[in-house]
Amino acid sequence: MSFKVTKTIDREANRLVKNYPEKRSASLMVLHAIQEEFGYISKEAEVWAAEKLGLKPINIHELVTFYPMLREHDPGKTVVRVCRTLSCALAGSHKLHGHICDKLGLDKNGHGLQRTRDGKFGVEFAECLASCGTGPVMMCNDDFYEAVSNEASEEILKKYDA
Amino acid sequence: MAAKDIKPAVETVTVKVDGRPVEVPRMTPNWEGKPEPTTVLQACKQVGIEIPHYCYHPKLPVSGNCRMCLVHVAMPGRPGPDGKAPMNDDGSPKVFPMQLPYEPQTPRGVIGCATPLVPGMEIYASSPETKEMREAIMESLLINHPLDCSICDQAGECKLQEYSYDHGQAKSEFEEFKVHKPKAVNLGPRITLDAERCILCTRCIRFTKDIVGDDALGIVNRGSYNTISTYPGESFNNNYTLNTVDICPVGALTSNDFRFQMRVWFLKETKSICTDCGSGCNVLIGSRENKMYRYEPRQNDAVNGHWMCDSGRLNYKWIGREDRLNTIKSPKGAIPWPMVLKEISEHLGSVERGSVAIVASARQTNEELYLLNHLAKHLGATTDSVPRRGKADHLMIVEDRNTNTTGAQLTGITTKRVGSKLSSIAKSIRDGKVKTLIVFGEDVTKYGIDSNLLNNVTLIVSDILPNETTKLADYLLPGCAHAEKRGTFTNVKGRVQKFMKALEPPGDALPEWEVLHELVHNVTGLDGFKSIEGLFNHMAGEVKSFKEAELTWAGLGDLGADVKL
Repeated sequence: MSFKVTKTIDREANRLVKNYPEKRSASLMVLHAIQEEFGYISKEAEVWAAEKLGLKPINIHELVTFYPMLREHDPGKTVVRVCRTLSCALAGSHKLHGHICDKLGLDKNGHGLQRTRDGKFGVEFAECLASCGTGPVMMCNDDFYEAVSNEASEEILKKYDA
Repeated sequence: MAAKDIKPAVETVTVKVDGRPVEVPRMTPNWEGKPEPTTVLQACKQVGIEIPHYCYHPKLPVSGNCRMCLVHVAMPGRPGPDGKAPMNDDGSPKVFPMQLPYEPQTPRGVIGCATPLVPGMEIYASSPETKEMREAIMESLLINHPLDCSICDQAGECKLQEYSYDHGQAKSEFEEFKVHKPKAVNLGPRITLDAERCILCTRCIRFTKDIVGDDALGIVNRGSYNTISTYPGESFNNNYTLNTVDICPVGALTSNDFRFQMRVWFLKETKSICTDCGSGCNVLIGSRENKMYRYEPRQNDAVNGHWMCDSGRLNYKWIGREDRLNTIKSPKGAIPWPMVLKEISEHLGSVERGSVAIVASARQTNEELYLLNHLAKHLGATTDSVPRRGKADHLMIVEDRNTNTTGAQLTGITTKRVGSKLSSIAKSIRDGKVKTLIVFGEDVTKYGIDSNLLNNVTLIVSDILPNETTKLADYLLPGCAHAEKRGTFTNVKGRVQKFMKALEPPGDALPEWEVLHELVHNVTGLDGFKSIEGLFNHMAGEVKSFKEAELTWAGLGDLGADVKL
């Protein structure tokens, strides 16, 4: 969703800024709020956030380019995050990631998040998703899936392919 | 002496540097000039030992990110349960060399730029431990550096090069591939960035944020992809951007104007003054084979600190212009200097008192203006100059765009209201009272003395570049740019500063003070000096505020001296 200043985001940003003695301290929280709302942080969003926080856009751009969790571009409607930390890696998460990428026609060796042309899916590796006993695990947006086999992953993707 | 005149004794701290006990002030001015506890780096500097550093700059906030100033130190022991500090057998306080807590055999360094002194500490500024730390830092700074000194503009004045030679190793253990980053990025209209050469010291970021107040630069991306950048689509375009080229310790930021023009080691450096406004920023002229290549700011904390504006820095191209006036003109054609000066002297010697007017430029030197005023007094001439005003900014540029308005006022050529007599000079010419007009360095046709009036007088003009007035001159005396002569200017705050000669003037052109000296001597008999030093010292005895300040040429030094306004 492209960025526009909605009442919700404006109110949320104001609330966050008030939580800190210095406006600047709310930077990351405001960026998270924007990403939550719009899926990513566009240039317009950076400029808006900078103004909210009494900063220059470059200060926000520094943060957005520094943290891999903050996205500069639309990641797709459904973000699939496959865990690659040790337990899941041992349980076959790289194979799972490769399988999902193959199914969606994505480059499994590409750096960072890979997005399908139709914008429906974005696939990326994530660090530990905190279910080490049931690897490999993955998340589709905020839904959590454990012990995902290649076949199961196809079923899961179908649910989001709307 | 009254009690309040006695300065309180400076509180000092005694530490050891390389085994030598030294006493340094406990507080040292920080980048804003406020006293802060003296740091290891400052203490070493005060006793003549240079700690290598990249990100530290005396006029910028300390950021401590380059780690180049790591030094090994030993701290005095803390008092034990008995309240007594640990002692050596000989009764001296025991110090403990710093080491990693989990690896006691490994010495631990502190960054000199951000570590305040502790009384009794020992600084091992040149120990093998310190040397090893520097080698390690140099090696890691060079990991992604392209090592392209042979095509880099900074070569010759590059701290990376210098420290690599002084503190680095010939060999690197780095066997992986270097990260490639953006090259030849137009950061702004005057600055080009080579991100691969950058060591991310953030001097440029801190300068533009904390000195200029234009928070335009930042570091984007992460880890070895870190890159200095403006916000995408924005241009780094305040009027002080070129200072970042000076303070960039490496070849990452280069000036578009100077880039690929000249190797710095070929440049002759001459101390001079910027002539772009009345601030009188101290500069260095870089020239080679009679061609000027650049201005750089020269540190003078009483005037410009370390900085200068871009507009002043780039305003030098006129000095080398093709159409510079370089031949003498007289009614008899191009005659040599002795003849033309003889003719003018004879003319001025025979004129009726009050029939001469002089328009001098407030961009001329104190000496020239003094001589012109001396001549004016002898001839009963009306004198004035031309005002030049622009917009002042929040840092260095002042409203007065004449270099030496203060000098013109102090020597008596003009008054507080610069240019107020120009209309009466025009009227006197119209009325036929003024029959000779002497113009130095101004185009009077722009200031109400038009070509019709100029045709009615004997017009004696000295200038550097052609204009309407020089075209009409009966006698045209080609003059010198400040870079081609010596002299002094007085800035808007009353600081008298001298500048040196970097270039030879073109063709017949001579320094105006030499020409005026001869003329004034012939007409008024003024004598007693032969050199600019002599002229200045003579003038300092005659001009009231210079006399009160007891100015001498030698006493001005490189940084100038203040007079009361």
